[in-house]
Amino acid sequence: MSTASASATASIPGSVSAAAPSATARTVASSGRGGRRRRLWRANLAGYAFLTPNLVLLGLFVLFPLVSAVVISFEKTNGFGSGTFAGLDNYARLATDPVFWRSTFNTALFTALVTPLSMLLGLGAAVLLNSVLPARGLFRSILILPMAISGVATALIGVLVFDQNNGILDKLLRFAGLQTIPWQSGGAAAFTSVVLVTLWWRVGFNMLIYLAGLQSISPELYEAARLDGAGGWQRFRFLTVPLVGPSSFFLLIMNVIYSFQVFDIVFVLTGGGPQNATSVLVTYAYNNGFVTRDQGYAAAIGVVLLLITLVFTAVQWRASRTRDLVD
Amino acid sequence: MATELLPTRRALTPSLPERNAAKKTSDFRWRMLRLLLAIVVSVIILFPLYWMLVVAFSTRSDLLSGAVRLWPGTFTTSNFERVFNGFPVVTWFGNSAAIAVTVALITVSVNLLGGYALAHLKFRGSSVLFLIALSTLMIPVQVIMVPLFNLVTGLGLYGSYWAVILPTAASAFGLFLARQFILAIPTDLIEAARIDGAGNWRVFTRIILPLSKPLIAVLFFMSLLQTWNDFAWPLIALKQNALFTLPIGLLYLQGQFGSDYGGTMAFALLNVAPMVILFLVFQRYFVQGFARSGIR
Repeated sequence: MSTASASATASIPGSVSAAAPSATARTVASSGRGGRRRRLWRANLAGYAFLTPNLVLLGLFVLFPLVSAVVISFEKTNGFGSGTFAGLDNYARLATDPVFWRSTFNTALFTALVTPLSMLLGLGAAVLLNSVLPARGLFRSILILPMAISGVATALIGVLVFDQNNGILDKLLRFAGLQTIPWQSGGAAAFTSVVLVTLWWRVGFNMLIYLAGLQSISPELYEAARLDGAGGWQRFRFLTVPLVGPSSFFLLIMNVIYSFQVFDIVFVLTGGGPQNATSVLVTYAYNNGFVTRDQGYAAAIGVVLLLITLVFTAVQWRASRTRDLVD
Repeated sequence: MATELLPTRRALTPSLPERNAAKKTSDFRWRMLRLLLAIVVSVIILFPLYWMLVVAFSTRSDLLSGAVRLWPGTFTTSNFERVFNGFPVVTWFGNSAAIAVTVALITVSVNLLGGYALAHLKFRGSSVLFLIALSTLMIPVQVIMVPLFNLVTGLGLYGSYWAVILPTAASAFGLFLARQFILAIPTDLIEAARIDGAGNWRVFTRIILPLSKPLIAVLFFMSLLQTWNDFAWPLIALKQNALFTLPIGLLYLQGQFGSDYGGTMAFALLNVAPMVILFLVFQRYFVQGFARSGIR
């Protein structure tokens, strides 16, 4: 009993709530061991009761399938029946599967392009739309409008623009007497179209986060820098960029996680083609799981994706912690 | 002395009004340049949407002709007629609305309850549970889709709306937002109510809920938007034509129509328009929701 109450009290400093001090006071103030125990028990019970609906949903529909996915990734499956244990067979197959490596490479390339580009464009747009400008609110609304549009519709509009036979872009290029671009039959061109459509869709979100970051910077800092003779670029480089650091860190993680999981745009715009030139890990996992119905193999691809995400997040976390310590 | 100095200074540096005028013209030029840039960016964003409208109201022959035309040649609503006659559009629209509203209601309810617990109730393991819940944000649905599909089938949900609703309503993001918001509600208010004899449920309904109206709006609209536009999981969980949501119907219809862009875009418009209108009308809440997600 004493261990139970001790660990209950010990857990309080570890938690992050603003209510912690008053809770400690209440625990200490309550008289008698039995009363204290009953109060703690009641408090625990209430906490669990309120949190349970959300936890049950997450546990049942995210965590339980996650554990199953790891189990299935070690199984040989046939259709939708239960599989048989096959050890590391699926992972060994991955190691020699050229499409898997191509998809991994594409996922990495997509991330390496989309993350910095959407952040740079987002920051540029945020600085632009945070400055004195007529109809600023209207421009802001226009830039975030793609956030309201579904990925499928975005990709289909992308088809409309990039179709190499009938798309408006190649029509305009032809009209201007320029070389048309084979957006579907050329691997690099297809990849470029996926990146461009994604940027169109995502820059608004990046701008929005940066705009919130910019608005929390005191204008007096800029005035002081101006008085010290700092030019526009210097103010941007040495004031804006460091001061939106937290937004950048958040966006880096969000963009990388999004890029690892890009599905809608690739699936609808290119279907992973031509010849797997735009195939990414999630589309390849989907094809294995629900087209060729090789579930164990699909689960193994998913586990690899998850491991990459975890490693990245851990590295980022450490980097940000050391950065905070240095500052 | 002073009268001697004055002319020299004048010659060296422009007078205050002159300097202001120079600053004003350069300011004006910069402002025009920024305006121009903002217009160019806006055109890049708006053109594809405008083009969707043009195609949706254009005749097939106009679209297939090689001519470059940036507006409809002959204005037609025949694409919409073809879509409405050939596909259960109204059913799909109803499916999308029913699923999105149900998910939003469930998500908002469980997130508010959980957020209150994490923010103002002390119980063992609350921070660990919160971290576990947050870590689920990193898991893409494609990692868990195979066992999730088996689970949904095993629970007998496959073939009903619930196959989409329940997994989609499992949201850690909303829980995070709710906790952050409810943390900002002063503890004194809650303590005062407790002293007056209010239990947790009473505190929740009489204090937390009334003070959380902005949070409820943010959570509701974000959940509605995400579910309405969701693609990957409904694609797996909805196999019967009659259960399709609009994005899945859109993909199906594109497969049937092939190069009939007019029909596809007419239907895409039905998918896009409701959320664009909601987004513009309730922009404040969406922006708050997304912006808040950035405040760690």
